[in-house]
Amino acid sequence: MDRRDFLKMSFAASGGLVVSFSLPPIEALAQSAGKPALVPNELDSWIAVLPDGRVNAFFGKMDMGQGLDVAVAQIVAEELDVGFDKVSVLMGDTASSCNQGGASGSTGTSNGARLLRKAAAEARRVLVERAADRLGAPAAELRVEDGTVVSPRGKTTYAELVGGRYFHHQVQWNQQTGNPMDISVPAKPKPPAEYKVVGKPLARRDVAWKLYGTGEYVTDVRVPGMVHARVIRPPRAACSVRGVDESSIKGIRGARVVREKDFVAVVAPREWDAVRAAQQLKIDWHYDAKAFPAMDALHEHIRAAKAVKREEPVKQGDVEAALKASGVRVIEAEYEWPFQSHASMGPACALADVKADRCTVWTGSQKPHYTRDGVAKLLDMPPEKVRAVWVPGPGSYGRNDAGDAALDAAFLSRAVAKPVRVQGMRADGTAWDPKAPAAVHRARAALDASGKVIAYDFLAKGFSRQQIATNESNPADSLLGQALGLTPKGNQIYGTPGESYGFENKRLAWETIAPLVVAGCSPLRTSHLRDPVGPDIHFASEQFIDELAHAAGEDPVAFRLRYLTNPRHAAVVKAAAEKARWSSLGKGKGIAFADRNGTAVAVVAEVEVDRASGRIWAKRFTVAHDCGLVINPLTLRQTIEGNVVQGLSRTLFEEVRFAPDAVASVDWASYPILEMPDAPEAIEIVLIDRPEVAPSGAGEPTIRVIPAAVANAFFSATGVRLRRAPLNPERVKAALAKA
Amino acid sequence: MATYRFTVDGKRVSVDAQPEMPLLYALRDDLGLRNPHFGCGLAQCGACTVHVNGEAMRSCVLPMSAVAGKTVTTIAGLGTPEKPHPLQAAYVAEGVPQCGYCINGWVMTAAAVLKKNPKASDAELRDALAGLKCRCGTHVAILRAIKRAQSQLA
Repeated sequence: MDRRDFLKMSFAASGGLVVSFSLPPIEALAQSAGKPALVPNELDSWIAVLPDGRVNAFFGKMDMGQGLDVAVAQIVAEELDVGFDKVSVLMGDTASSCNQGGASGSTGTSNGARLLRKAAAEARRVLVERAADRLGAPAAELRVEDGTVVSPRGKTTYAELVGGRYFHHQVQWNQQTGNPMDISVPAKPKPPAEYKVVGKPLARRDVAWKLYGTGEYVTDVRVPGMVHARVIRPPRAACSVRGVDESSIKGIRGARVVREKDFVAVVAPREWDAVRAAQQLKIDWHYDAKAFPAMDALHEHIRAAKAVKREEPVKQGDVEAALKASGVRVIEAEYEWPFQSHASMGPACALADVKADRCTVWTGSQKPHYTRDGVAKLLDMPPEKVRAVWVPGPGSYGRNDAGDAALDAAFLSRAVAKPVRVQGMRADGTAWDPKAPAAVHRARAALDASGKVIAYDFLAKGFSRQQIATNESNPADSLLGQALGLTPKGNQIYGTPGESYGFENKRLAWETIAPLVVAGCSPLRTSHLRDPVGPDIHFASEQFIDELAHAAGEDPVAFRLRYLTNPRHAAVVKAAAEKARWSSLGKGKGIAFADRNGTAVAVVAEVEVDRASGRIWAKRFTVAHDCGLVINPLTLRQTIEGNVVQGLSRTLFEEVRFAPDAVASVDWASYPILEMPDAPEAIEIVLIDRPEVAPSGAGEPTIRVIPAAVANAFFSATGVRLRRAPLNPERVKAALAKA
Repeated sequence: MATYRFTVDGKRVSVDAQPEMPLLYALRDDLGLRNPHFGCGLAQCGACTVHVNGEAMRSCVLPMSAVAGKTVTTIAGLGTPEKPHPLQAAYVAEGVPQCGYCINGWVMTAAAVLKKNPKASDAELRDALAGLKCRCGTHVAILRAIKRAQSQLA
């Protein structure tokens, strides 16, 4: 079956245009003959010119509300020489885009758009070549103005050359899938000096519909004949089902139970009936009463646990010897970080329509190509028979609960032979999303008599950031799979600080420990949350740098500048300090710096501490941010602001509470996040634009510097160190009372 | 089951439902509105906020039995792209929402606050908007947008 048939078939399967979800204009193209296969080495997989000259760019990543699609449209418009408003970016539909990895690691621009840039440049080259033939003029004499190719002998347009048809042009694919997917082409993209659209502060395209209620979230998708489902997650960790009393819901019209091993769900024609049935259904659960340590013993557990894996990504000189050298002063500290939840704005929702030989699933998952692979495995179908359509969901920030919902929906749709819409209740989003790992980080350093740092040793230790994979391509990594008896393979991985401090003897290491629950569903299973292990590692490392500056009797900014070896790193520290007027600020100021995959960010926090209530108000932040070439300064600023506030929330308030047999953070009352009274008064942002440096990503870097900046500012205000997050009023009061 | 008649965004509607069913399910499932959203079902986040007889209320906990005869306004009834409420226009101008799933709560609550107190100070606004959640962290942009709307209402 070719792609065209597949498209037609899956459109029919999804109820065709009856679904209110607006199908992309690719449909019009799919009707025309000779559609090449959707493979990375076809130019048609990336760029299409419509009959009226508008352009579609097919993107295998997606925007989660930070304007990535706008940046991609700018880049495509730039390279093609067409107006920005003519370019649509179609994201996250496996029927129209290749697997570029979905939203992942802040690589939307660095990897995702890099490919589209080449594809657009190649499309322009091919079109100019064809125009040269048509116009009988050498290609070198042609120029392009908004999709019109102009020569001294006449002109033609992209629409005339290829509008509504296919390029049938091959490009070279690097044979990689996911984030590293790339192509190479003969065309040379424009030098940044010629940019007219890239670099402009153009507004996002998804704002208005969100304000007027005229667009569609995944929760809004409806198809004819669908039923509603609620999955009943276990009340405790490592539960199994002994029995289900189906008679307990017999009074609810049309409600029925779907059970397989330890997976239990209810399905009903009306959503409220599904909710009621889920609440009323009596299930006899068997559970392990001691799955977890006591919550207040969590960090002791981590300290004492045997390392499953250890790596030392940075090892210079002889740290152990330098720490033992005579006459040195050794400084040591440990920092503790809790489990944290994605706690997305709404619990996940998905809709699946499984037929005998095919399936369509609508999902808010940030990696729909992997959702397709997971659903295909679950249903034992070839991946090309499954279409996953990403529709904006209630936030994402990593591997939240969306992937679980997609597999649940597919499983249930097959079980009841109808399209099934499944949505979680609040606890499913807060208690049962994959968690960011808890950790204890230890830092040691030796200062010589002059105050110079001659040894630096940092060890990050915690649960792996990937007990389950970062996507749902294997059902074993989902709650459904675990309830059916599959065990996730997991991956042992943590991380170390991103910096360039030139300490002569230096070791940066990490260790992971075994998960608390290996078999069965665990509400403390760990996976990626925005900037995986970045906030906790830098909460430790950038506080420790401050502690060293203090021990050396040096100003924290001057101390960092003395040791940072990468000039771009030093530049953001200087820029943040200057913009914040660091040297003229009084008590209550803190700085932190970090690098994340080539993006450098420094932030100055200014806080007020209310000793009586224990409240920290982080009143003002000044961020200096260098991610290379700035594609769009407006959306970049908005992205940085969101990082600051979400980072502040994780710093001050967020901690997953648990008892030895269950997670106790089940809603917004038991998992508080930052609210308006605690929002900063101002966030100043300095963007350092480096057109000569390829863009390196902005979706996550800023969040990692916020915790330490706030803790350092708290120290500046009070003289007291807070080495355990979150810095909530209870902990602040206790620390101040002890001091 | 009973039949409940009320008004939504200027239209008279009738819904058959259990008396304890929250209004949110009627709005989304029976009346096909895409807003408001289910965020928590516990009146803890605001994503489901609508106006009932002019008051901002959490439709996820408001039973149908309390809605009969009332006038309900959702964000789609507050204003349209052609005739936006000043808050909607200001939010668009400031590019406030990121995922945007929380937006009902912020706009509908602020609209009710500004109706009573158009010149609400920064401190009053922060206080009045406590209890709403935004996971993407757009709080600073929200305050900017409300102040922009206030300057237009003044």
